[in-house]
Amino acid sequence: MSAALIWPRLVKRERPSLSIKILAPLVALMAATLINLLLYLIMGKNPVAVFHAMLLEPFISFASFSEVLLKTGPLLLIAEGLAIGYRAKVFNIGAEGQFIMGAIFASALPVWYPMATGQWIWPTMLLAGAIGGAMWAGITAFWRVRLRANEILVSLMLSLVATQVLNYLLLGPWKDPNGFNFPQSVMFQYDAMVPLLIPGTRVNASLLIALALALAAYVFMQKSFMGYKLEVGGLAPRAAGYAGFSEGRAIWLSLLIGGFAAGLAGAAEVAGPIGQLQRSISTGYGYAAIIVAYLGGLHPIGILFSSVLMAAIYIGGDNALVSADLPIAAVRVFQGSLLLSYLVALAFVRYRLVFARSASGGAS
Amino acid sequence: MIAVEFVLAGMLAAATPFLLAALGELVGERAGVLNLGVEGVMALGAAIAFIIVYHGGGHVAAFAGAGLAGVLLSLLFAFVALGLQANQVAAGLAIGILGQGLSALFGKTYESLTVKGLAKLAVPGLSDLPVVGGLFVQDSVVWLSLAGTLAIWAVFAFTKTGLVLRAVGENPKAAHSIGYPVIAIRVAAVAFGGMMSGFAGAYAATVYTPLWADGMIAGRGWIALALVVFGTWLTARIFWGACLFGAVSLAGLAAQAGGVELPSQLLASLPYLITIIVLGIISSNRRLLKLNGVASLGDPFKP
Repeated sequence: MSAALIWPRLVKRERPSLSIKILAPLVALMAATLINLLLYLIMGKNPVAVFHAMLLEPFISFASFSEVLLKTGPLLLIAEGLAIGYRAKVFNIGAEGQFIMGAIFASALPVWYPMATGQWIWPTMLLAGAIGGAMWAGITAFWRVRLRANEILVSLMLSLVATQVLNYLLLGPWKDPNGFNFPQSVMFQYDAMVPLLIPGTRVNASLLIALALALAAYVFMQKSFMGYKLEVGGLAPRAAGYAGFSEGRAIWLSLLIGGFAAGLAGAAEVAGPIGQLQRSISTGYGYAAIIVAYLGGLHPIGILFSSVLMAAIYIGGDNALVSADLPIAAVRVFQGSLLLSYLVALAFVRYRLVFARSASGGAS
Repeated sequence: MIAVEFVLAGMLAAATPFLLAALGELVGERAGVLNLGVEGVMALGAAIAFIIVYHGGGHVAAFAGAGLAGVLLSLLFAFVALGLQANQVAAGLAIGILGQGLSALFGKTYESLTVKGLAKLAVPGLSDLPVVGGLFVQDSVVWLSLAGTLAIWAVFAFTKTGLVLRAVGENPKAAHSIGYPVIAIRVAAVAFGGMMSGFAGAYAATVYTPLWADGMIAGRGWIALALVVFGTWLTARIFWGACLFGAVSLAGLAAQAGGVELPSQLLASLPYLITIIVLGIISSNRRLLKLNGVASLGDPFKP
């Protein structure tokens, strides 16, 4: 091509170093922060106050940080599950619906048996939620494997349907008869609540479950043969096919794991800080977890850090709403720009820019 | 009979947001680019168009503003996904989340305000026909969308532009080797798609239901993405698909008005459920998809 004079070219790195892999999300965070602070300045908000409320306060006060830990649980759970699928190139973006189904399945027990007592109740609810999430994701898996339908569209559509199922239950059969007509279920009994972990905060034992499953995800993805097969299936489906790895099984496994984790997160939310089934059980956790998974480099350990960061952004957004009058929608803008910045930063992990006259234009 | 008349009269208007967004996505996908950000781009276009109409800027300026916003947001997608060869799925989702966030941010102070829609124009003679007469009384955007559908169909069927677009999507290497600037063509196709999604959002918020509510696009962008698959990447079939979804969204209302007792949540999920079912039926026909599908859809291209 004659037109390419000193236009920079992307040249693939032989082997991205670990330090630059870790650097990418940090650079992305800085870039997204700068862009958003500029946006707040244009909106007439005090950027210093917003920065303090959003990104510093969550880590300074213990009360605030305990809320960060509380939100880390569901994000960590969902993102670890999604990352396993994304590595296998199975794009489940319906975690929001799987989360809602998990919350519904878990709520069935205390809604139907509000008088039941015993320490078996909350574990049963968590299990029911995980199964509910996996079943909801299973519909997508069936559609993808049997009917070859695109899992991105099916899983997203199922999330929209799950929201309507939730609305139906809360306005109809599961509405609290003494709830002044609010769309919410009865408050759950004491034994339906996951035990608290840190006294004086709302952090409960489900964070330990999330951490344990993160460790399990690490072992599964980095150390096990099954995890290896999944990843090969994603990177080179033909090669995996020749080696006898079934694509269908990989899709089923990816989606069921993702749904299980998201359902568990949904169950832990109603059996934890919320204590009843209501409309606002999720503040977009299922979508935010997609960003968490990517930001963590689809690596179980990376996701540990990115889930804390995303949780802090949620809490920080609430802080900034109060102290700097920042609209809550700003959190979504921040999330979107964070993922975009990360993708840009990632390009420089995989490639380096070469400013050189392209000698042979046709070489690819 | 009244229900049939009601559905026929309103079908095209209800179909227009689906149609505009799906046609835009079709052009991008034909060139080999999967842009999952349609929902967010529509939301941003909707907010901007609403704000312009609310402040008396008129519908022409509103559509121009929404189209421009759609182009800009899609160019951001193109920069990341095509320029830097990032994962197209992730980049599309990021654009979608960003668009929805910006839409909520801009629209915040306009929540549940209303504006005036557009006047309907009737085709003389045809609009007096019994039963189907309502089909011929539509606002100007619907008429323009129908003309646009024809134009896009003609571009793909008869022109060199259409052929080049398809070549770039089918076999970018071959297109590149005979001298076509693959990336530039893809960027242009994505920008066109963004403009159409912006228009779709503008129509939804300022003409079809001229009021502002956060999240008012309500999955229509995602259904538009599914429509491209339903239509097996063919303009005419996408048009019929959009009409079907327009009719479905009205049939629910007609059924409710006719005294059919259905939970409103079931009616609200109907378009999503039908999308899931039709997606399953069409996708299981592998021959159909092989025949019309875009070979390099979603694959990055490095010249």
